[in-house]
Amino acid sequence: MAFIPIDRTVKQIVLTVQEYSLFAGRAFLNLFRPPIYWTDFLIQSDIIGFGSLPIVILSGFFTGGVLALQSSATLSAFGAAAVTGQFVSLTMVRELGAVLTGIMVSGRNASSIASELGSMVVTEQIDAMRALGVDPMRKLVTPRIFASIAMLFFLTIVADAFGIAGGAAVTVFLNHQDGTQYFHMAYEHLHYPDIIQGLVKPLFFGYLLGSIGCFYGMRTTGGTEGVGRATISAVVNSSVLIIAVDFLITHVLLAIFA
Amino acid sequence: MNHAAASAPSSPAPEPDAGPVVALRGVSIAFDGPPVLKDITFSVAPAETRIVLGPAGVGKSVLLKLILGLLRPQNGSVLLFGEDISRMSEEKLFPLRSRAGMVFQEGALFDSLTVRDNVAYQLIQEHVPDEETDSRVREALSFVGLEETFGLYPPSLSGGMKRRVAIARALIHQPELILYDSPTGGLDPVTSTTIIELIVKQRDVHAAPALLVTHRLQDAFTLCNHRFDAEQNRMVPLPAGQTNPNTTFLMLEEGRLIFDGSLDELLHSQISFVREFLE
Repeated sequence: MAFIPIDRTVKQIVLTVQEYSLFAGRAFLNLFRPPIYWTDFLIQSDIIGFGSLPIVILSGFFTGGVLALQSSATLSAFGAAAVTGQFVSLTMVRELGAVLTGIMVSGRNASSIASELGSMVVTEQIDAMRALGVDPMRKLVTPRIFASIAMLFFLTIVADAFGIAGGAAVTVFLNHQDGTQYFHMAYEHLHYPDIIQGLVKPLFFGYLLGSIGCFYGMRTTGGTEGVGRATISAVVNSSVLIIAVDFLITHVLLAIFA
Repeated sequence: MNHAAASAPSSPAPEPDAGPVVALRGVSIAFDGPPVLKDITFSVAPAETRIVLGPAGVGKSVLLKLILGLLRPQNGSVLLFGEDISRMSEEKLFPLRSRAGMVFQEGALFDSLTVRDNVAYQLIQEHVPDEETDSRVREALSFVGLEETFGLYPPSLSGGMKRRVAIARALIHQPELILYDSPTGGLDPVTSTTIIELIVKQRDVHAAPALLVTHRLQDAFTLCNHRFDAEQNRMVPLPAGQTNPNTTFLMLEEGRLIFDGSLDELLHSQISFVREFLE
């Protein structure tokens, strides 16, 4: 295994962070400056949004189910099995719906964005686009980030809904509790600050997964092997950053809504 | 520059007062390692076709990318259409680049678009009406002899067909400069000749300045001693001893420009690397 001096590694990390910051900043400004390629935005929305629907529905449903199973067992010990609905809905809406959807969509789309753009880089398609007078940042990057933000917002709502439904299914069919009570508790204890918390997060997560996927794709080097490396980096970094940023956002939002 | 004594009058002569279309002054570039190009200086005059020779990995493709501003030099300046693009912002470069056409080594066609959309890429971005776009695409495809590929996708084309479509894409906008990056690399001799014929046709019919990168001497010599006969609609050899006066040569060795001159000067050069390359 090659020995890489620590200072060189640190410099590379700092350089990558600097490059990503510049890239993400430019991509963010492009969201508000014409030309915006609406057709590309719609195509990407279909790929990212509709294409991710099955995995989001399934992961949301079963996560809600697991939450109901685990919480019911613990809550029953205190005679509080009736609050399972409250527990599942609050956990899904405030936290798990957004994070889980972010990570699932990141696994599917940050990787596909990185590999698609990476392949375009190594086959000189990006250079060809620039040579034809078209800015790849606006044509390829901005629509993907824009679509990631918009679609993750709606996918999180879907995940929340199916998570609560999964919890209800477990509560009624496995725990043999009252469904009406479950939904009543789920609805009664869900307040606007909880919903705002849950719906602010996917905006950040969408931006992260879209920009990181594009960033690693656009800086691909080293042929097809490089495309593989870019894909792995995109998935790993976007997933880790989603969890890290979730911690920061939760901290800030809890302070705001306390 | 002293061109060959016997020159064929097949191409229009450049305007005497016009400045160079491309000019490089002391250009150097390095990536993670030793310099790829060192102190490169040359220019391309209007209607001139310059052939860049050199072995693989000597920096020929990098040179073309520098000219279009796809890469930035560490030292020196690159003038494109009279404007210094060495430090120009990407946004300001796009309009300049769209005045030039580039044929990439492997074609660099967009896999997800049809041949029609690939060739019409610039026209689509400029919102040219569909009827006019279709008509111009068919005309460009007809120029490269591939009208039947209009609705096909690039993965279904052969290597040679991809290059020809890439040439059509580069030419559809009637560029003021054309850059060819090893257009015949990896192709069989028959397909290579077809591509060279297209380049000769473009040179002699439209007289747009061009820079062609190749390591195949045969292609370079064919370009120099053939002309396009519009009546026969094919490339024909020039009379013995004649060469195209607007087609000249550059040669790179280990990132340095070691030769700049006509075919005659190339053939009589005493530079040892040139002699070795020609043999």
